[in-house]
Amino acid sequence: MSSRERILGRVRRALADVGQDDTPYEQAVPRDYLREHGERSVERTVDLLAENLAEYRAIVHRCAEDELAAVIGRLLAERGSKTVLVPAGLDEEWFAATDAERVPDRGESTPHELDRVDSVVTACAVAVAETGTIVLDGGPDQGRRRITLVPDHHICVVRVPEQVVSAVPQALERLDPARPLTWISGPSATSDIELDRVEGVHGPRSLEVVLVSGRPGAEATS
Amino acid sequence: MSGTFVGMPAFPKAAHDAVHNETLRGNLRHATHTIRAKRANAVAELSDWAELREAGKRIKDHTLRHLDRYLVQLEEAVTAAGGTVHWAADADEANRIVADLVKATGESEVVKVKSMATQEIGLNEALEAEGIRAYETDLAELIVQLGKDRPSHILVPAIHRNRGEIRDIFRKEMSEWGRPAPEGLTDTPAELAEAARLHLREKFLRAKVGISGANFMIAETGTLVVVESEGNGRMCLTLPETLISVVGIEKILPTWRDLEVFLQTLPRSSTAERMNPYTSMWTGTSDGGAEAGDGPRHFHLVLLDNGRTDTLADEVGRQALRCIRCSACLNVCPVYERAGGHAYGSVYPGPIGAILSPQLRGTASDIDASLPYASSLCGACYEVCPVAIDIPEVLVHLRERVVEGGPVTREGNKVVLQPAKGHAAERAAMRAARWAFTHPGVLRSGQRLASRTRRLHPRTLPGPGQAWSGSRDLPAVPAEPFRDWWQRTNGGKTEKGTSK
Repeated sequence: MSSRERILGRVRRALADVGQDDTPYEQAVPRDYLREHGERSVERTVDLLAENLAEYRAIVHRCAEDELAAVIGRLLAERGSKTVLVPAGLDEEWFAATDAERVPDRGESTPHELDRVDSVVTACAVAVAETGTIVLDGGPDQGRRRITLVPDHHICVVRVPEQVVSAVPQALERLDPARPLTWISGPSATSDIELDRVEGVHGPRSLEVVLVSGRPGAEATS
Repeated sequence: MSGTFVGMPAFPKAAHDAVHNETLRGNLRHATHTIRAKRANAVAELSDWAELREAGKRIKDHTLRHLDRYLVQLEEAVTAAGGTVHWAADADEANRIVADLVKATGESEVVKVKSMATQEIGLNEALEAEGIRAYETDLAELIVQLGKDRPSHILVPAIHRNRGEIRDIFRKEMSEWGRPAPEGLTDTPAELAEAARLHLREKFLRAKVGISGANFMIAETGTLVVVESEGNGRMCLTLPETLISVVGIEKILPTWRDLEVFLQTLPRSSTAERMNPYTSMWTGTSDGGAEAGDGPRHFHLVLLDNGRTDTLADEVGRQALRCIRCSACLNVCPVYERAGGHAYGSVYPGPIGAILSPQLRGTASDIDASLPYASSLCGACYEVCPVAIDIPEVLVHLRERVVEGGPVTREGNKVVLQPAKGHAAERAAMRAARWAFTHPGVLRSGQRLASRTRRLHPRTLPGPGQAWSGSRDLPAVPAEPFRDWWQRTNGGKTEKGTSK
């Protein structure tokens, strides 16, 4: 008998007392918890995202669409980045104000090559305000999972308010489980030494999130 | 379970030694109290916590009640997404499967993201015996591995170590395993984390095989989920060419939507965060579409039984399989806080370990027979549990099993357990009590006799009872049995003034 049959047989015998439990899944699970916590305006939801990201030591910037290239250029310059990883589907315009050498996201590049890149810029799939989370789904403007992992500096652009939801249940609804997903809440961190939080162990030690709105001329703040 | 815990003394002996270690008690007290307070705040932010907890409990219960169906559904979904599913009835089989998979790649080293399941089966030691070196990459696991130590907490395995101890371990041991600790390493957490980053990075970048566990598996879609903080998980899950995930069969959720419950309750219960820094979700291998080559080309899922179906067969005890390994019960437990994780002699310490280990392993050994007693039954563990496992109920149930014996399932077979040795006095006392309580005349005269001779009673019990009275005060026998008082005062009505 294969282990598969052995284990399934054991499960069935173990559940002899359950018998014909024909309560369907939909009825077995109460869904009376909330879809989101509290009622907020759209602006307030975006503010909450910014607050929660910042509380987990991400650096948050806000700007309008027409200022994005300048902001990205400034952030790369401040960091002194000479090379920047760029997913294939990102708008060329975003890099109009930087001299940094653009490194394309290629399947054949080795981890060591990625390790030599200074920064990475991506878009995101959705952001969750209540938890301060950005989610990447490997779309053309986000690239492979490893490009936001190996370089030490990640700039993530979130379109507000379109890409922002309040809570986790709303985020899951927007995502496709068939895609490889990475949920990011602040930079890499550890609390393994006396529960003192330290940013940056293996993932990027600096996470900068740019909240970009469609309105031109909105005030740029850091 | 893991060979690392073989030969552990039973809990009372291990705990007795541990409580005399002042460094350990200090480290533990600091850690558990810090995280306890933070967790309470994180939970208080969600006004629907009770509803989320109930939903989590019901999802898990429903899944367990139909586990065979969901396992088959999961297998189909993982296979359809390009993964390969293996079934392992016990630790040996799981270790053999993993070792063979690694050998087939031609590699002799693997990187690991912290996994309770692989600790449970002693995978690292099994791989070592096959000439394969497994590198733990979680900072705390690295501290434990370099220190030739055992983990003492589910979430913070090196919780029993302070920064000075960690610096000493890094200085002494890192060079044995790879890149040595930097010169002049101090004991600040930031410097220690940096040393670990440098030490491990070279391993991540060359690794061809990664090994993980999983927090959740979605039957509907075949998706696996790993939550973590440091990014070592993302390294192990995305950089290697081959990924092997060893996961207990109880980790299934029926649908994608179910994650909305657990992604809210798990981070807040465990690290007291609104969300852990990184969550990775992957479905089979992702070699289709425009973004080809995102992640490992080969994915193997090893579904692990190792005592879980035996636990499932116990109608009271099966609720332990709801556990999502958040460790909230450890941090509130007064016994864990003083005894520490090692005293439990299992990779699952604390209250959950006290009910999970004796079910997964059986109660044949001294340590497993003693674990149901490693509790004061205060109930704090039940209060914080995000899936509402009634740990005190299971503890009492297991105590009864240890003392009385009875039918249990071991390795899929029904067997009758003999009463454990060393509980003869307890059993005799219980039998006598049962007889007395069913014979009212005997009880009455016994109580009268006890009251009249109360001045002669010793302060400690003789014989085997000594063990019990050694740490407790004997209750004083009243001057008059309650029954007599009730009759004399007509149920208390003529008590006033104490005159008849």
